[in-house]
Amino acid sequence: MSSLTETPPAVRTAPARRIAVPAVPASPPRGLGRRIGRITGAVLTRIVAIAALAVIWEVFPRLELVNPVFLPPLTEVLAAWKDLLVSGELGNHTSASLARSAAGFGLAIAAAVPLGLLIGWYTPVANLLNPLLEVFRNTAALAILPVFVLILGLGETSKVAIIFYGCTWPILLNTVSGVRTVDPLLIKSARSLGLGPVRLFQKVVLPAAVPTIFTGIRLAGSASILILIAAEMVGAKAGLGYLINYAQYNFAVPDMYAGIITISAIGLLVNQLLVVTERRFSTWRTAN
Amino acid sequence: MSTPKIRFENVGKTFRARGATVTALRDINLDVRAGEFLVIVGPSGCGKSTLLDLAGGLAEQTSGRILVDDKPVTGPGLDRGIVFQQYALLPWRTAQGNIEFGLEAKNVPRRERAAKAREYLDLVGLTGFQDRYPHELSGGMKQRVAIARSLAFDPDVLLMDEPFAALDAQTRDGLQDELLRIWEKTGKTIIFITHGIEEAVYLGQRVAVMTSRPGRIKQIVDVGIDARSATEDLRSDPRFAHYRHEIWTLLRDEVKRARSEELEGTHV
Repeated sequence: MSSLTETPPAVRTAPARRIAVPAVPASPPRGLGRRIGRITGAVLTRIVAIAALAVIWEVFPRLELVNPVFLPPLTEVLAAWKDLLVSGELGNHTSASLARSAAGFGLAIAAAVPLGLLIGWYTPVANLLNPLLEVFRNTAALAILPVFVLILGLGETSKVAIIFYGCTWPILLNTVSGVRTVDPLLIKSARSLGLGPVRLFQKVVLPAAVPTIFTGIRLAGSASILILIAAEMVGAKAGLGYLINYAQYNFAVPDMYAGIITISAIGLLVNQLLVVTERRFSTWRTAN
Repeated sequence: MSTPKIRFENVGKTFRARGATVTALRDINLDVRAGEFLVIVGPSGCGKSTLLDLAGGLAEQTSGRILVDDKPVTGPGLDRGIVFQQYALLPWRTAQGNIEFGLEAKNVPRRERAAKAREYLDLVGLTGFQDRYPHELSGGMKQRVAIARSLAFDPDVLLMDEPFAALDAQTRDGLQDELLRIWEKTGKTIIFITHGIEEAVYLGQRVAVMTSRPGRIKQIVDVGIDARSATEDLRSDPRFAHYRHEIWTLLRDEVKRARSEELEGTHV
C-alpha cells in the first residue's frame, strides 16, 4: 500500500537530480524507468494472488469444475452484493455489526489498559494474576459464548459482552508485559535524577509501554471482528453474521458469499487501520 | 586541607546470591577533592560499579557511610549526575528532549529548559542535532547527549560508569579529550570508572586501583601530569608510559586473582 502512495514524489524528484549530475546524462532516465518498473512489479506481486483467486472463483463454477449452486461465480456474488447494497440491507447489517464490535472493543480498551497498567506496576500482583490471565486468554471466547447467552440472554448485552471478553485479554496481557519489560536501565537512570514513583511512571514507564500496549490493541481489534460474526450467528436479528447465517438457511447462496466478502473486507480494513496507528506510536522502537 | 567533596568511610557492601553472602566491597576509604578528576580502575567484577551506585544513592551500603559535602548520602539527588555505559537515553525523546528530562526533574520552567538544553548540546559539540532521536545517533553521539543531560541540571559531581567502554577506539579518544575540556571548563568533581589503564592515566588526576573481589582500594596513584589538554599527544609522553606501567603492575596481580577465582567459581 505505502509503496503506491509514495510513487508521485519519488518520480517528481528524479528530473531535479538529473540536472545536478550532468556527467552521466544517460543514467537518470534509465534509473527512472527501472524505478517505475520496480514499483509496477511490487504492485503486481501484491495483486497477482488475489487476482488469481478471483479468476478461479469465476471460471471454475462456470466450467462446472465445482458445483455452481454451492459456489456461484464471483460476478454473480458481486451482483448480489450490489443488490444488497442498493436495497440498504447491507448497510443496516454492517452498521449493526460495527456498533457491536466498537462497543465491545472500546469497553475492553477502557477497562483493560488501566487495569493492565496497575497489575504491571505492582510486581507481586502481576506474579499472582499472570497464570490466571494466561488461562483466560487461552480459553477461546467462543467456548464461553454459551455461558454468556445463558446468563445475559440472547440480546445485545451478551453479544457486546463476548466481544468485550475476547478483546480484554490481548490488551490486558500486552499492557502488563509492556509495563514489566521497560528497560531497567531507563528506570535506574530516571531514579538517579530523583524522580518519584508517580513521575517515573508518567515519564518513563508509560511512554515505554505504549508500543506494546498498541500491539495488544491491534490484536484485540482483529479479535473483535472474528468473535462478532460467531456471536451474531446465535440469535441475532441483524448484523453480518446474521446475514451470512440467514442466507445459508434460505439457500440464498450468493447473498451468503456477499456477506462473507464484506466481513473479510472489514477485517482487512480494521487491521490495516490499526497497523498504521500502531506504527505511528512506535516509530522509535523500530530502529532499536 | 578543606573538607573533601565526597568521602567514603569504611564503606562495605554485601549481596545475598543463591543463599550465599557475597562481599562486593570492603572497607573503602576514599576522599575526593572538590573539582577533582578521580578515576577508579579495577579488574572486572571488583565492585567498582557498585561503588558508583552507592555514591549515586541507587543502592545502600551495608556498612560505613558516604558523605557528599559532609552530608550522608541517603538516596539519589540532583547534586550528583550519573552517566551510564549504555547511555540510558529515552528512545522516544529527541536529543533535546532527553537533555530536558533532567531539567524537568529539577522543575526548571519550560522555556528555560529549551534554552539550557541547546546550551549543553553546544557544549558537547552536538549543535544542530537537537531533533535527532537516539536511534538516529551514533554511539559516541548518544554518549555526548547523555553527558549533556547529566551536566544540564548542573550537579556538582559527575559519576561516570565506564561511559566510553562501548565505543570504538577512535570515538573514545575523541570523547576523552572532550571530557577533559568540559571538566576544565565546568570545574565539576568527576568520579570516572574504567577498566582501561590508559584511559585512567589519560583522564585521572588521581587513579584509585581496586583489588579483585571483595573490592578494596589497593593504592591511589597521583598522576603528576598537568595541563593535559594542552599537552599534544600525551600518550607518547614518557611520563604517561611511567604511570601506565605503575598501574599495570598494581593491577596485574588483581586481574590474575580475579581470573583464577572466576575459574574456580565455574568449577563448583
